[in-house]
Amino acid sequence: MKLWLAVLIAAGGCAALKLAGFVVPVRLLESAAAKRILEALPVTLLSALIAVSVFATGSYLVLDSRAAGLAVALILVAIRAPFLIVVIAACATAAGVHAL
Amino acid sequence: MPETPRNDYLNSGSSPSVARRRIRNRALAIGVSVTPFGLSFGAVSVEAHLSLVQVCLLSLVLFSGASQFALVSIIGAGGSYLSAVGTALLLGVRNGLYGARINALLRPAGWRRFVMAEVTIDESTAMAVSEAPSGNAARAFWTTALSVYVLWNASTVAGALVGNALGSPATTGLDVAGPAAFVALLAPRLNTARMRVAALGAGAVALVTVPIVPVGAPILIGGLTAVALLLVLDR
Repeated sequence: MKLWLAVLIAAGGCAALKLAGFVVPVRLLESAAAKRILEALPVTLLSALIAVSVFATGSYLVLDSRAAGLAVALILVAIRAPFLIVVIAACATAAGVHAL
Repeated sequence: MPETPRNDYLNSGSSPSVARRRIRNRALAIGVSVTPFGLSFGAVSVEAHLSLVQVCLLSLVLFSGASQFALVSIIGAGGSYLSAVGTALLLGVRNGLYGARINALLRPAGWRRFVMAEVTIDESTAMAVSEAPSGNAARAFWTTALSVYVLWNASTVAGALVGNALGSPATTGLDVAGPAAFVALLAPRLNTARMRVAALGAGAVALVTVPIVPVGAPILIGGLTAVALLLVLDR
């Protein structure tokens, strides 16, 4: 019963959070300041997400095979490799280092 | 026609058919890269004593990998339901922030707003933002959303029924598929010094806070601090 409650609150709450961004009146998003913030937000949030998903496990900072994968991705993006090559090479590197 | 950044090499090729193919291929690759996590999520959920209906409900309605994983991992590890739900919600806040950007970018009306909100996640947002200068944001958003939604739900059910056939995402290296895809998609947006500083700042602040704040908070703290930093830099 408690488990059902947890599942329903988490699912409903997360769906509501997603909707929250869409109920903000669009005119509030049109000021120059709002535009600057909104254009930067996905970039900074995804950057933080990249850092956390590569260098953290739970509440611990860790340096493991994921860092090698990210390094390869950064190098390949810098030399303008195609998208799929970046993703596949990063995964292959991380898998290789993990297997060592 | 929006101006295309000079070094937007990843989205080079402006003809409609080239853009369509590029978006389809990337959306499919991103969808495929979430399947090991879907399998793993399904398997972990069953181990945490969730029923198949509950697992499916989470993937269909909650539909946000990080929140779903946090919820079932904490429950499976014997943590309190309150901390499980709280962590899932905290991780879900960024989808609301993405939503404001997607709302301003794509201006959905009526029922589309609800469908769009439901599939506003890291992957669909990254693809939409990446294709915004090429004028293909809507196509990129919907194609990625469809690909991830279908493959995430299918892999979740498979994981719950037959277990995690692929093994841990770390073994296959697919634990960096998401980060690598986001790096590639964000690269064209990092064409100015101020955006590079903001991106690095966001990552650094997030990592510094990892050991000291609850799971889920570092991403928000890093992302919001970096935007505040940008506003200060711009003054």
